[in-house]
Amino acid sequence: MGQISLSAVTKSFGDVNVIPPLDLQINDGEFVVFVGPSGCGKSTLLRLIAGLEDISSGKILIDGKDATDAAPAERGLAMVFQSYALYPHMSVRKNIAFPLKMAKLSQAEQDRKVENAARILNLSNYLDRRPGQLSGGQRQRVAIGRAIVREPAAFLFDEPLSNLDAALRVTMRQEISELHQTLKTTMVYVTHDQVEAMTMADKIVVLNAGRIEQVGSPLELYRSPRNLFVAGFIGSPKMNFITGAEAKKHNCDTLGVRPEHVEVQADGPWTGVVGLAEHLGSDTFLKVNVPGVGDLTVRVSGEMNLHHGDQVTLGPQSGKLYRFDANGMAL
Amino acid sequence: MATEHSRTAARLMVSPAVILLFLWMIVPLGMTIYFSFLRYNLLMPGMESWAGFDNYYYFITQPAFKSALVNTLLLVAGVLLITVFGGIALALLLDQPFRGQGIVRVMVIAPFFVMPTVSALVWKNMFMNPVNGIFAHISKSLGFQPFDFLSHAPLASIILIVAWSWLPFATLILLTALQSLDREQMEAAEMDGANWLNRFIYLTLPHLTRSITVVILIQTIFLLSVFAEILVTTNGGPGTASTNLPFLVYAQSLLNFDVGGGSAGGIIAVILANIVAVFLMRMIGKNLES
Repeated sequence: MGQISLSAVTKSFGDVNVIPPLDLQINDGEFVVFVGPSGCGKSTLLRLIAGLEDISSGKILIDGKDATDAAPAERGLAMVFQSYALYPHMSVRKNIAFPLKMAKLSQAEQDRKVENAARILNLSNYLDRRPGQLSGGQRQRVAIGRAIVREPAAFLFDEPLSNLDAALRVTMRQEISELHQTLKTTMVYVTHDQVEAMTMADKIVVLNAGRIEQVGSPLELYRSPRNLFVAGFIGSPKMNFITGAEAKKHNCDTLGVRPEHVEVQADGPWTGVVGLAEHLGSDTFLKVNVPGVGDLTVRVSGEMNLHHGDQVTLGPQSGKLYRFDANGMAL
Repeated sequence: MATEHSRTAARLMVSPAVILLFLWMIVPLGMTIYFSFLRYNLLMPGMESWAGFDNYYYFITQPAFKSALVNTLLLVAGVLLITVFGGIALALLLDQPFRGQGIVRVMVIAPFFVMPTVSALVWKNMFMNPVNGIFAHISKSLGFQPFDFLSHAPLASIILIVAWSWLPFATLILLTALQSLDREQMEAAEMDGANWLNRFIYLTLPHLTRSITVVILIQTIFLLSVFAEILVTTNGGPGTASTNLPFLVYAQSLLNFDVGGGSAGGIIAVILANIVAVFLMRMIGKNLES
């Protein structure tokens, strides 16, 4: 079981209100990702759930029980930290066994659970090493191992991949997703990387300045963003926003169109000059300056041979335009 | 940079300093060793003669030597105990956030800047004096007989005085170590269900071992040669109750005018200090590695 619900939770540090009243329901077995720009309060929100910070007002229920004032250890949650927070003077085995030792389990039981966790995470050969002798990815796995052995109601991940290099990040991302498939335990994952959010999440919570902008599945957020912030944050490269006369033609204040939804069309409405072409091989990202519209980022096939200074005529795919009103809400 | 030529030049350049330092060390040591084999008494100048190992024999067999040896070790051990445990406790307290932290930290460090003779005089006359001292006033106001610290517990009193001046040193080093403890590790342990005591035992103490080792090693070097506090307060007495090895060497050479015997004592003290150092490095030196 791992059901977490927050109702009217707020947090302020002194006079600074970091999280205005916030409601959120996390269901059992879900992989929930908190995503947002840095400083949006996503880590604070995770620490509130973990119990490492006291909430200023509101209520946190874990599995239906009021956990608002419960100590971190009593909540039955396990956390994986950004710095891994391994105990440097203990071997991997002792690190993983530490929560069990604190729970006063018998030595035999501890050994059994540690071996089991090490097998799941491919750490069996490293059990007698110190954290300092491990690579970043292995340390990450030890930190996850320390979380697994407690058999928590939910896992909390605080930007766990941000200290790894790009290749390892992709591998660990998949490992964590697979772990979620195997364990089927609730996971709450904080990241600023929308790719991680899109690939891993069952449910994404987009946060901005402590407010929840939108909650939904990755594709829901991609297909129907509720407002300008979500539209701009989800998707890479960023959605193009067009304002002014061009937007007025479509009866809105801001017109949004994703780079992958703009095509080179002979009779398209926008004609401009290629300012920058980034050739990735499979795709080419063009930055096209269209007079009266502004810069448009366009994703075209890698086969298309366009370079700086070329003139192109562009048009949106039908039905792929997003319209927003003056308050930035989707129409 | 490190060509053969520049290396030769570098050796040439540092050699005056190295030679000077070496002489600085070896000349006094050599003279002390030389004097220790002479029958050399200041009351009979010009009558020096070869004595062989007689000085060593008489220095070691005098009854004061054994008590001086024991006192030296007791003094070191006593001060180390107080400063390490007290230092950890004070460092834990000072690590807590509170108002006026900066001022309190400066005040805690202040005793270290008071020179040994001054602190010993202050303790002797203002605190431990059985007539005018604060402790005497306190015990009188509570209806007890004042306790004459320096005559009835001379060594313990000196340990207290020395520990008072070394406590800030230990506190300061341990406090800086505490401040480098990773906060996320503490939080991880908190989530793992470790209470305050467990966090202290399994995280804080292992983190502090290296600093504790440094404190013990450095303090031992200085505590083996405590002298001023003894000279100012008890003069080694009553009897030899508070005489340690350095004080015995002083008494032998400058109170008994026996330079030969004093030199022999000095060499014995050097050997003992080395034994203690080897012993300590064996015991705790491995904490400094990695």
